[in-house]
Amino acid sequence: MGNAECHAVSAPSPFRTPHSAFRIGFTLNGAPVSVSISASDRLLDTLREGLGLTGTKEGCGEGECGSCTVRLDGLPVCACLVPSYQARGRRVDTVEGIDPAALTPYLESGATQCGACTPGVVMAAEWIRAHPDLLATHSIRELMAGNLCRCTGYDGIVDAIERALADGGPRG
Amino acid sequence: MSVFLPASRAEVLAILADHPQAVPVAGGTDLLVHWPAQVERHDRGYVDLSGVADLGAHRWSDDALVLGARTTYWDVIRDPRAAVDFPLLVAAAREVGAVQIQARGTWAGNIVNASPAADGVPALMAYDAVVVLESRAGIEEVPLDRFYSGYKQMRRRPDQLVTAIRVPRAARDVQAFEKVGTRRAQAIAKVGLAVTRGPGGWRVVASSVAPTVRRCHAVERLLTDRAPVAGPGDLLPALDQDVTPIDDVRSTSEYRRLTLARVLHHTLRDHWGSA
Amino acid sequence: MHRREGLAKLTGRERYVDDLPLEDFLWGATVRSPAPRGRITGVRFGPSVDWREFEVVDHRDVPGPNCVALIENDQPVLAADRVRHVHEPVVLLAHRSRSALRRAVAAVEITVAAEPPVLDFRVAPRPEQVQYGADNVLKHLRIEKGDVGRALAAAPVVVEGTYETGAQEHVYIEPQGMVARLEGDVLVIEGSMQCPYYVLKALMHALDRDATRLRVIQTPTGGGFGGKEEYPSHLALHAALLALKARRSVKIVYDRAEDLAATTKRHPARVRHRTGVTRDGRLLAQDIEVVMDGGAYVTLSPVVLSRGLIHAAGPYACDHVCIDGRAVLTNAVPFGAFRGFGAPQTLFALERHMDVVARTLGIDPVDLRRRNLLRDGQSTATGQVIRDGADREAVLDRALTLAAWSEKRAAHRVGNAADPVRRRGIGLATFFHGAGFTGGGETALRSRVHVAGLPDGRVEVRTANIEMGQGTLTVFTQVAAERLGLAPDDVVIAPADTSRVPNSGPTVASRTTMIVGGLIERACDDLRRVAGLAPDTRGDALGAGLVRWHARHPGSEPVGVAEYQRPPGVAWDDATYRGDAYGTFAWGAYVAEVEVDLRTCAVRVLDFVAVQDAGRIINETLARGQIQGGVVQGIGWALLEECRWADGAMANAQLTNYLIPTAADVPAIRVAFLETPYPLGAQGAKGLGELPLDGPAPAIVNAIADALGVEPTVIPVTPERLSAMRSAEWGMRSAMP
Repeated sequence: MGNAECHAVSAPSPFRTPHSAFRIGFTLNGAPVSVSISASDRLLDTLREGLGLTGTKEGCGEGECGSCTVRLDGLPVCACLVPSYQARGRRVDTVEGIDPAALTPYLESGATQCGACTPGVVMAAEWIRAHPDLLATHSIRELMAGNLCRCTGYDGIVDAIERALADGGPRG
Repeated sequence: MSVFLPASRAEVLAILADHPQAVPVAGGTDLLVHWPAQVERHDRGYVDLSGVADLGAHRWSDDALVLGARTTYWDVIRDPRAAVDFPLLVAAAREVGAVQIQARGTWAGNIVNASPAADGVPALMAYDAVVVLESRAGIEEVPLDRFYSGYKQMRRRPDQLVTAIRVPRAARDVQAFEKVGTRRAQAIAKVGLAVTRGPGGWRVVASSVAPTVRRCHAVERLLTDRAPVAGPGDLLPALDQDVTPIDDVRSTSEYRRLTLARVLHHTLRDHWGSA
Repeated sequence: MHRREGLAKLTGRERYVDDLPLEDFLWGATVRSPAPRGRITGVRFGPSVDWREFEVVDHRDVPGPNCVALIENDQPVLAADRVRHVHEPVVLLAHRSRSALRRAVAAVEITVAAEPPVLDFRVAPRPEQVQYGADNVLKHLRIEKGDVGRALAAAPVVVEGTYETGAQEHVYIEPQGMVARLEGDVLVIEGSMQCPYYVLKALMHALDRDATRLRVIQTPTGGGFGGKEEYPSHLALHAALLALKARRSVKIVYDRAEDLAATTKRHPARVRHRTGVTRDGRLLAQDIEVVMDGGAYVTLSPVVLSRGLIHAAGPYACDHVCIDGRAVLTNAVPFGAFRGFGAPQTLFALERHMDVVARTLGIDPVDLRRRNLLRDGQSTATGQVIRDGADREAVLDRALTLAAWSEKRAAHRVGNAADPVRRRGIGLATFFHGAGFTGGGETALRSRVHVAGLPDGRVEVRTANIEMGQGTLTVFTQVAAERLGLAPDDVVIAPADTSRVPNSGPTVASRTTMIVGGLIERACDDLRRVAGLAPDTRGDALGAGLVRWHARHPGSEPVGVAEYQRPPGVAWDDATYRGDAYGTFAWGAYVAEVEVDLRTCAVRVLDFVAVQDAGRIINETLARGQIQGGVVQGIGWALLEECRWADGAMANAQLTNYLIPTAADVPAIRVAFLETPYPLGAQGAKGLGELPLDGPAPAIVNAIADALGVEPTVIPVTPERLSAMRSAEWGMRSAMP
C-alpha cells in the first residue's frame, strides 16, 4: 500500500465512468446468467423481476425478516440489502436451486405454515446443514435468528434442521 | 443514480478525489434499508468497493490485527485467532443483526456510518483501534476515540476512504462487552458497553447513550482511583458527566442511564475500591 | 398426513399475489391523510410530476355508496371531505413504474384543517371531540348473572385491579396485496385474504355491481391472524377503482412500512376487576369493566368487544357476575380482528388478577384456580351450562406435571437467593376459548359447503375457507378422505374463488376445522345420497360409483350440499346476552418459566408448557404448530410488541423498531393435548387456532411477578416498564442491583 501506488493512476479510464444501467453476469444456482440491471436495483428486484425467480420473497425491505435470504458466495444474505451490481462475477444461490428431495425433514417437522418466510428459512437452514461445524460455536436458534417466522413459533424449523443434520449431508 | 465500479484501491481513491460526493458502498446493510422508499438516495453517485481486490481481507501483524475496508463481522467471527486475542470483537460481531447481516456488514462501514448505536465501534474503541484513512493526498491515521466530533460528524474528508482499522495487540486483564437490546438477536442497541484494562489503563466505552459512541473518562478515573462504589447508584454522578442519553422510539433516557449504571456496576463489581 | 401444499412452499414454487404473472399492468398506490382528524381543505398535485402519465382516483370515482360494507357502513373507501385518522386513504394513483409512483405519492399534498382528535381511549371525550353518537361509544354491552352488587357488599374480601393491554400488529410475513383485472365485463380480484365473500360484499356495495360481474379469488396467503379478515376489502376496492378507471390490470402490494402504519391492529384495552372472594378463595362475585379502543371507525369492534366480554370472567364458576364493556371511538387507525378477537385482552386481565387475588389471600395460585374451575353442570357468565365432558382439572394437572411446577418453585427459592443478578419465576394461566361465531352468528351465517363427485371418481371439496398457514387444505382433505374412505390424493380442494365455491363463511373465529369441517362431513354424506350410493359406500366403491354416475349423466355432476343448522338445545338471546355463547369451548392451562436479568430488566422465557383440550386432534403436526406459533405470538405481545403512537400515527412502523420474537428469543414450546371429542365438530374436533393467544401473556407476567415480587399490570412488560417499577420500589442506591 502507499502513496506511490495512488499517484500511479494515469489518464481517465473506464472505471472513472459512472454506470446507470448495464449488464452483469453471475452464476445463478450453478449456471451462468447475464441480466440487465440499473444501478438502483437490489438483488431481490433482479431475481424476482429481472430473472422471474419469485421464490425469494420481500417481507420488509429492511434486512430484518430474512424472507429474501439467498446465498452469495455461499453465505446467507438478505437480497433486499444487496445492490445488484455487487453480484457481478459472484455465485448466487436461491431456493429454486434446492433439491426438493432434501426437504422431507421440513415437511415432517411442520417447518412451513403460511410459507412466506419459508424460502428464506430453507436457504439459511440448508446452509447450516451444509456446515454442521457451525454448531461448534453457534446454536441453531442463533443461526436462524435472521429469519422471522410468525406462524411456527420456530419449533418446527429447529426440529427440521436437527432432523436434516441427523439425516446427514449437505444436500442443497 | 449511478455507480462507479473500480477494481483497485488506487482507482477508488482517484474516483473519490474527482467525485467527493460519491458514497463508497461495502456491505450495503445500512445504505439499502428501505431502499425503494429512499428515492432521494437514488439520485446520487456511489462507489462500489466489492470488486476491489486489495481492500478485502483482514491480516495479523506482530503487534496488531488489521481489518480491511471490506472485512466483515463474519470474517472475524470465523477466525479462531480473533476469539483468543480480541474476544470483544467476536462478541460484538455476534450481536450484530443476524448471520445475514454479519456476512455483509463491515467494520469500516460501521465506523463511517457513525451511528451512536453502532455495535462494532465500542469494542474497537476499547481496544484502542486506529482508523487508517487514505486519499490521493496520502495516509492519515486517527485513533477511533478521537474520530467522532458529534452526531454523524467525523474526521473523514469526502475524498478519504477507510482502508484499514488497526487494532493493537496488548496484554489486557479485563475484557467485557455487553449489548442491551429489547430482543436477544436482531436488535438495535439501547445500551452498549465495552470495557478493557491494558497497558494504557482502563477503557470504558458506551454506545446509544450519547450522540456518538464514546469513552467514559469520568468512569475510567473512578476505576483508576479504585473509588468506593457500593451500588449502581454511586456510578451515576460520573456517568452523568460522560453520557447524555435521550428518549426515542426504542427506549427512554432514564432506562438507558440506569441500565448502563447497573450493567457497568455488575461487570466491574470486583474492581471498584470497596468490592 | 403432511401439509398438502408444503413442498410447493418449501421450494418457492407457491405463487403469492406479488408472484403472479401479470401482463401490461399498473402499480397502484394510496395517498393518505397526514392528520388524525379534520376537514380536507385541499389536494394539491405538485409540479414535479407529469400527472398525465398517472391514473388518479378519488372519492368521486366511487360508483356506489362511498363506504366499505361491514357491520356499520361508516368507513369511506376514500375520504371525501373529512378525515378521521392518520393514513386514511384519500387519493389513489397508478403508474407503470413503481418508483415513479413513489415519487408521485410524495408529490401529492393533502391539507387538512385540524379538528381536536381523541388520542386516548381511556379519557372521556370533551364535547368538541365527540364524533359518534352522544359520547363516542361505538358499542356498549353488558352481561349480568346473579346480583353482583349484593354479593360484593357481602364478600369477606374484595380485591381490585386494573390491567391494560396494548395494540399488537399481526406481522404476517406476506404484506397485504391485491390485483384487480378485467376479464370482459367481469372484474376479477385476486389477492391475499381470509374472507373472499367479505371482499365480494364490499365490492358489490361500493361499486354498485352485481355478483355476476365480480369474481374474488384468494391467492396463497402468507399469514393472516385476523389482519386479512376485513382489511383486504379496502385493497380490493382501491385496486378495483383504479382498474375500472384505467381499463388495465392494477396491482397494489404494500411495503412493510405502509402495512404497519395503515392496517388494523389488536384493540388496546383496559379492564378493571373487583372480585369478591371467601378467605379460602371461593369466587363470590366478579365485577368487570372493559374499555376497548375501537379506533376511527366501527369496523369489527362490536363483535371483538362481545367476544372479549364473554371471556372476561374466565373458565370459573361464579354465581354473581357483571361484565360491562364499551368500545369507544378514537382517532387512531381503526383496530380490527386479531387472533383471539378480544379474548386475549380480557383473559390477560382476569388471569393476572387471579394471581393478585391469590397473593392477597395468601393462598397458592394453583389452588385458587383449582377451587373455582368450572365443573360439568356449572355455568359461565352468560349462563351457558358446560356439559362437554372435558376435565378442566386434568388439563391443569397435566400442565403442572409437565412443567414440574412444584419442583421448579422450590428450586427458584434456592437459586434466587444465591444469584446476584438473575431471578427466576413460574406462572400459570387457565383459560378457555369459544369456537365459532358468537351467539347466533353461525345460525345467521348459514354457511354452505359443496362436495362434488368428479368424472374420474375423485371428489372436490368446495368452500370459501382459505389456507393461510393454519392447515385448511390438509385438514379438509383429511376430513373428506376419512369420511369417504378415499386416499388423500383423491380429494381435490377447490380454489377459494367466489365464482366456484359457495359461501361457507369467513376463515376466522377458530371455526374452519370444527364448523366447516363438520359441514364437509355432512356434504360428503349428501354426495352419496345425490349419487345414488348407499350410505356406507366408501373407497374404491365410492369412486367407481361416481364414475358410473357421470357415465349416466353426461354434462352434469353430483354435488353433495350441507348447510349450517343450529344444533338442538342451543339457545342465545342477543338482547340480554344470556345463553349459549358458543357451541363449545376449548380449555387450556399454560405454564411459563422466566428469568429476569436484574441489570437490564430483560425477561427471558426459559420454558413454556401449553396443555389444552380442543377436542379430537385431526393432524397432530399442524395442531402443535398452531399452538407453538400462537404461543410465540403471545410471548411477543407480553414482552416485546408495542406500537408507539405519535399524534395517532404509529411511530415505530418498521420491523427494526416493532420487534417480534426471533428463534433466539423463545424456548421450545412444549405442547400436549387432552382429547375429549366434541360430537358436533369434524371428527370430534373443536376450534383451536385462537386459543394459544389467550394464555401466554398472563402466564408470563405471573411468572415475572413470582420472580420479582412486583405486580405488573400493563403489557408489554418491556425492560423500560419493569425498570421503572423496580426503581420506584427499591431505589438505585440500595445494595440490590
